[in-house]
Amino acid sequence: MQSKPIALKILDVVSIIVLAISTYLALFFAPTELVMGQVQRVFYFHIGTAWVGMLGFIIAAVSGVAYLITKDMRWDRFEVAAVEVSTVFFFLTIVLGSIWARPAWNTWWTWDPRLTTAAVTELIYIAYFMLRQGIDDPEKRARFGAVYTLLGGVSAPITFMVIRLFRTIHPVIVGAANANQEKMSMNGDMKIAFFFALFAFTVIFVDLIWHRIRLGSLEDKVEQLKLKVSM
Amino acid sequence: MTNKMQNEEGRMQNTDSIHPSSFITHPSLLKATFAIVQKDLAAEFRSFELVSAMLVFSLLVIIIFNFALELDVKVRQSVTAGVLWTTFAFAGTLGLNRSMATEKDRGCMDGLLLAPVDRSAIYFGKAISNLAFMLIVEAIVLPVYSVLYNVNLFRLDLIGIILLGSIGYVAVGTLLSAMSVQTRTREVLLPILLFPVAIPVLLAAVKASNGLLTGAEFAEVLIPLNILIVYDVVFIAVAFMVFDFVVEE
Repeated sequence: MQSKPIALKILDVVSIIVLAISTYLALFFAPTELVMGQVQRVFYFHIGTAWVGMLGFIIAAVSGVAYLITKDMRWDRFEVAAVEVSTVFFFLTIVLGSIWARPAWNTWWTWDPRLTTAAVTELIYIAYFMLRQGIDDPEKRARFGAVYTLLGGVSAPITFMVIRLFRTIHPVIVGAANANQEKMSMNGDMKIAFFFALFAFTVIFVDLIWHRIRLGSLEDKVEQLKLKVSM
Repeated sequence: MTNKMQNEEGRMQNTDSIHPSSFITHPSLLKATFAIVQKDLAAEFRSFELVSAMLVFSLLVIIIFNFALELDVKVRQSVTAGVLWTTFAFAGTLGLNRSMATEKDRGCMDGLLLAPVDRSAIYFGKAISNLAFMLIVEAIVLPVYSVLYNVNLFRLDLIGIILLGSIGYVAVGTLLSAMSVQTRTREVLLPILLFPVAIPVLLAAVKASNGLLTGAEFAEVLIPLNILIVYDVVFIAVAFMVFDFVVEE
């Protein structure tokens, strides 16, 4: 069996370190927000997880297209890894958002564009796994998975646009849609914690995807060995 | 003389072999699509299996909504669009599932794939016949709903929205039903795959229909209307491009 590559080992350690630093920055370093108080600190991880969740979704759609063009199974493994890791991160985003929303909006959930799009995206991810589970032939599984991530990737932004027609109460961090929307302002220390959280989660995301791809190729190897034994 | 005859024969064979193949490699996409639509409609008008099932199902859904939502005059105003589109979406999945399952079960799909036509003709053919079934059901449900609840749904603008919404829904639905029919869970999987992807078209359709029914200004209806058109164009294009990957063996 091939052992874990040294670069991946280093990345594992780096991930743990940046997560620890990011936690420190979010919980102690960043100043307490004036209006929302301590609960606002959840926002740093909320944005971090949301960012990689979205990144994974885009990566999955792109590698789906790449698979359909090249028919190379490595793209399929990349796509599965991206979807799987993103599903977890997106779920974390929704949970963290709910924790913040309870004191801030006085409700765990509201049908706001971002929240609804996040929920729909999560459902697309789940449908994707159910689709893959129902197909035995690996080649066909990869093909259908790629087609579905592509459809999901096209549909999610349109969902967002449609729901944006309804009124929104979600604070806008980057690029407000119109002037009267609530915009959150950050001071210098908050920005440091914010951008470091983005960086930390990106590193963790890369690390996890790498692990998942490695696991995927090991799975394939086991399958081939099993076939060889049974023959 | 013999040489000439051989030549002649050769040429004849040549033209013979060219003739059908040139016919095969240049079939009109429109013609092939139309042939598939014709086949589906002919089969349907002989049995009325699909449309009747969709229709009875739609009426049942409306009756259930009537009791679930207590559709009195006040509530009716605001929920009519939602009730209609939920009904169409559910009945639509029923039709989409059935129409692909018959192709698969009786081995017709293999026959279609062997036919020397462009694969996208199969997609467009199935999509158009699915759309036809959905429109037939809608054409019956609308007057029934109008009579039952005393709302006038016979408006050209509303019918236009319903047409646009159905096109988008069927465009993705046909592609996904071709996928779900090849999986182990089959019928169960289609709504799970279809609904999250079709949410934009359903939401925009509900929003636009609701605007029309409550007498909102045209500018308010225009945005969801634009989204409907964008969705239709984008998803017909995407489905057209990837359908080959879904049916290839």
